[in-house]
Amino acid sequence: MAHSYLSIEDVEVSFPTKSGTFTAIRNIDLKVGKGQFVSLIGHSGCGKSTLLNVVAGLVRPTRGVVLLEGEVIEKPGPDRAVIFQDHSLLPWLSVLENVLLAVDKTMEGSSKAERRDWAMHNLELVHMAQAAPKRPAELSGGMKQRVGIARAIAMKPRVLLMDEPFGALDALTRASLQTTVMVIQEQLNNTVLMITHDVDEAVLLSDRVVMMTNGPEATIGDDLAVSLARPRNAIETGNLAEYRRARSAVLHFLHERYSNPLGAAA
Amino acid sequence: MDAIFTVSGEDTSPHLTPSMPSAPEMQVDSAQRAVGHLSGIASGLLSIATWFAARAFPTLLMLVLLLGVWQVACQHEGAALPSPAKVWAESHDVIIHPFKGMTFDASGYHIGEGGDVGIAGHVLTSLRRVAVGFSLSVIFGVALGILIGQSLFAYRALDPLFQVFRTVPPLAWLPISLAMFQQANPSAIFLIFITAIWPIILNTAAGVQNIPIAYRNVARVLALRPLEYFTKIMLPATVPHMFTGLRIGVGMSWLAIVAAEMVQGGTGVGFFIWDSYNSSLLTDTIVALVWIGLVGFALDRLIGWIGNRIARQS
Repeated sequence: MAHSYLSIEDVEVSFPTKSGTFTAIRNIDLKVGKGQFVSLIGHSGCGKSTLLNVVAGLVRPTRGVVLLEGEVIEKPGPDRAVIFQDHSLLPWLSVLENVLLAVDKTMEGSSKAERRDWAMHNLELVHMAQAAPKRPAELSGGMKQRVGIARAIAMKPRVLLMDEPFGALDALTRASLQTTVMVIQEQLNNTVLMITHDVDEAVLLSDRVVMMTNGPEATIGDDLAVSLARPRNAIETGNLAEYRRARSAVLHFLHERYSNPLGAAA
Repeated sequence: MDAIFTVSGEDTSPHLTPSMPSAPEMQVDSAQRAVGHLSGIASGLLSIATWFAARAFPTLLMLVLLLGVWQVACQHEGAALPSPAKVWAESHDVIIHPFKGMTFDASGYHIGEGGDVGIAGHVLTSLRRVAVGFSLSVIFGVALGILIGQSLFAYRALDPLFQVFRTVPPLAWLPISLAMFQQANPSAIFLIFITAIWPIILNTAAGVQNIPIAYRNVARVLALRPLEYFTKIMLPATVPHMFTGLRIGVGMSWLAIVAAEMVQGGTGVGFFIWDSYNSSLLTDTIVALVWIGLVGFALDRLIGWIGNRIARQS
């Protein structure tokens, strides 16, 4: 069998706990083609983040492998850039220095001016070039996450991993960042794996929505292709029949087949 | 961890491009700036006045009250302690000639040999010992702190020892120190070192252990080399904790040096106190107490100030 670009094969992650072994995810098989934008959606505690961390190399799978272009992933690396939910910018560095930290690692042969230009170019993509000399503490949450995105795409990753990138933002800011991500994706055509628990976000941004069952021992419950033409935008795309079909399929999965294990209160 | 957000209006501002101000606008601007300058001076004076009324006045009032109470309590015949007026009457030489026995030239200061040296000379001798001993404890303390903060094995091996040693009072080390070095000066320096090092080690280690997991993950995703991790992430993230340790350490050094010099004799502000007590010059002792307090306060503020500056820059 030929390997896909990114191939997650029979992955299981368990942790030893005081009350025995806890298996977070099990029997995960997922193939992602180059340039695909895939969302992972599921209720809290379903192991989405664990799966993303396995692809990032931050967590070793107990069983199974993740292959990227046929190579086994064993440790983290800048070819699998992560956009963290809490942006994880270093507060003692300026916006530009934060991006440069990543650029310096991925363009080690290039001149200082080239690396700076590349960092600035990526800040321009997220409309943050004018904030380059500022410290993260001077920025709003949405602006910090823009810088987080710039830092990740500046690494020219083979796979871009987004861990609930807009989860901590208000609805308006979130919509604006989603648009930015879609515009950038048109240009760069990255291979993206994004965790979310926002159904609209998943359908609007993705080529595929991968739905996970509830943990423990969570696995992939359904895999939905979203065949909406690009470029998309929240208002027009949102009115299309295909959008509504995909959205209700995901909602059906999340609220009827695998409803929130913690109940309505959570 | 996160500071307050100062920028609002996210996602509208990034797209705005400011237009150049036209000529009349710029004239208005400079006129406004001149007015602003004058009102700046006025508001500056006002803010000094409010600062004085709010902050300095209560302190000064309390000081006067305390001196008054002390004067009343100690002015009767046969009082055990001298009153403030008596301190001034008997020790004003010590108060107004602190640099007695010292000479200054381009290469710095020199303390005259033998006998009659003013209080500043003794304080400087003590400070020099603190500077050497404290510097050594910073170097070794930070290195050991990073080691036990970073390695669980080193932590388990060394932390129990440190926890025991840190409770040993400084003066208890003095016999050991004298036996090791035989001389007053190096043994006093060792005493400073062994007193100040524990809070530096333990706070630095706490700082390293508390580096947020998010920063460690960033370092792992970027595949930073150990040296890059050390300079770009570990040091800046640890600085605030480290300076907490340094501040505690410098305060303890100052406590220890006075005690050590009282026992050892010879030179230094501790010796000055003991000497004046033995000569029944209790008023001199009181003057020395004030000096020690003020210098200790200055040391504490100095380290705090350096720490703030570094934390803001890095």
